Amino acid sequence: MNWIAIAVTFKLALFTAAVLLIIGLPVAYWLTFSKWRWKFIVESVVALPLVLPPTVLGFYILVAIGPHSPVGRFYSDVVGHPLPFTFEGLLLASILYSLPFAVQPFAAAFEQVDRRLIEASWTLGVSKLKTFFRLIIPLSVAGLITGAVLSFAHTLGEFGVVLMVGGNIEGETRTVSIDIYDEVQALNYAGAAKTALLLLAVSYGVLILVYAMNRKVWAVWPQR
Amino acid sequence: MIRVILALCMFGITGVNLAIAEEITIAAASDLNFAFREIVTEYEKTTGNHVRLTLGSSGNFYAQIQNGAPFDIYFSADIAYPRKLEEAGLTVPGSLYQYAVGRIVMWTRHESRIDVTQGFEALREPTVKKIAIANPKHAPYGRAAVAAMEYFKVYDQVKDKLVLGENISQAAQFVDSGAADVGIIALSLALAPPMQAAGHYWEIPADSYPPIKQGAVILKGGKNQESSKAFLSFIQGAEGQTMMKRYGFVVPSPR
Repeated sequence: MNWIAIAVTFKLALFTAAVLLIIGLPVAYWLTFSKWRWKFIVESVVALPLVLPPTVLGFYILVAIGPHSPVGRFYSDVVGHPLPFTFEGLLLASILYSLPFAVQPFAAAFEQVDRRLIEASWTLGVSKLKTFFRLIIPLSVAGLITGAVLSFAHTLGEFGVVLMVGGNIEGETRTVSIDIYDEVQALNYAGAAKTALLLLAVSYGVLILVYAMNRKVWAVWPQR
Repeated sequence: MIRVILALCMFGITGVNLAIAEEITIAAASDLNFAFREIVTEYEKTTGNHVRLTLGSSGNFYAQIQNGAPFDIYFSADIAYPRKLEEAGLTVPGSLYQYAVGRIVMWTRHESRIDVTQGFEALREPTVKKIAIANPKHAPYGRAAVAAMEYFKVYDQVKDKLVLGENISQAAQFVDSGAADVGIIALSLALAPPMQAAGHYWEIPADSYPPIKQGAVILKGGKNQESSKAFLSFIQGAEGQTMMKRYGFVVPSPR
């Protein structure tokens, strides 16, 4: 088995989930509590990666961060090398690609929190920020874990976007799904089967975790 | 177990991958799939340097390099691509050279009833449902296959049977798996041990398609030009040449 590709993939998935946990929370909060009438336009943008073909998303990202775009030129002037075909470029693409997998469960969990509790907290003079961290977050933990775990799992299986912006470089952008593709082309079906089985097991395990949690088989935030 | 620990260590260090001093990243056309895995292993063994090998279609690599892909050396199946990069000023001056001439063959599995020794006439048989070739849009071996079919005047009759691999290795995999009945693939792949075990081939006459002149070049965007030169001299040396010949590459006489 290609341990380097496995390490790259898990690192990518972990970073993607971590970043989405940070930027997904304010986005989900805004989507849940905003009363703006055109909110659905933003909701559609967030959900776009669900329906957009990965090659389309990958193509746009490649053009947007490549040496011919102002953003890409700025990055390579500051950092010293271009962004496409690097781990950082792949991370950026994965964050965009998995955005709905984090934001939607977050928003659904916020929606479930009893509005009366939130309003009681506000009327008692607790600031919105404090209410968010001391009330909304603890009551949404299952949804937050679901979102983080789903974006992690979704990144593990990413293929089309990686093919477009990754460049298949060992230790950098060669992920497990690309490695399977390579092994099949090298007619190493046994090697591909082993790695594929690992991905199947991890994906299944992750889904079991998510469904069990949402069935409240385990209490993630034990009542005291 | 050591590899697991190594992988986990790497997992912990962000951004820094494999802190080995001498490391080069090579983009190689897919017809080099088996030959280069062997050559790279041998090179790593003799020099202790590490090579990161990426295989794909020459046209895709050309586009990626223009977009800033961080490869040190580019082995194209068509010398026209590295030549264009040279004209664009993306290569180390004077490093472009022709490393081989490629050949194409018609390949089928041993149990197939298609008689490839009949040549292109075999493709007209109704039992031939799918013919695998590489995508001629960006794979030089795909273009050679189309040219040969046109030369033997079968292209128009068989073009609906064509299935396109993303590169020549995928075309070979299509026919090796039995999904396609016959394939027009690189001789270097037909000579690879797993392909030799699974099937047989007929060599397509070299005068029926333009010669597949394969070119390599060291890229300016690469990190390690000295190591790149060392790898090129290894390929040009006796050991490298023997391995290339074993995979059916006609090696041009040294300049």
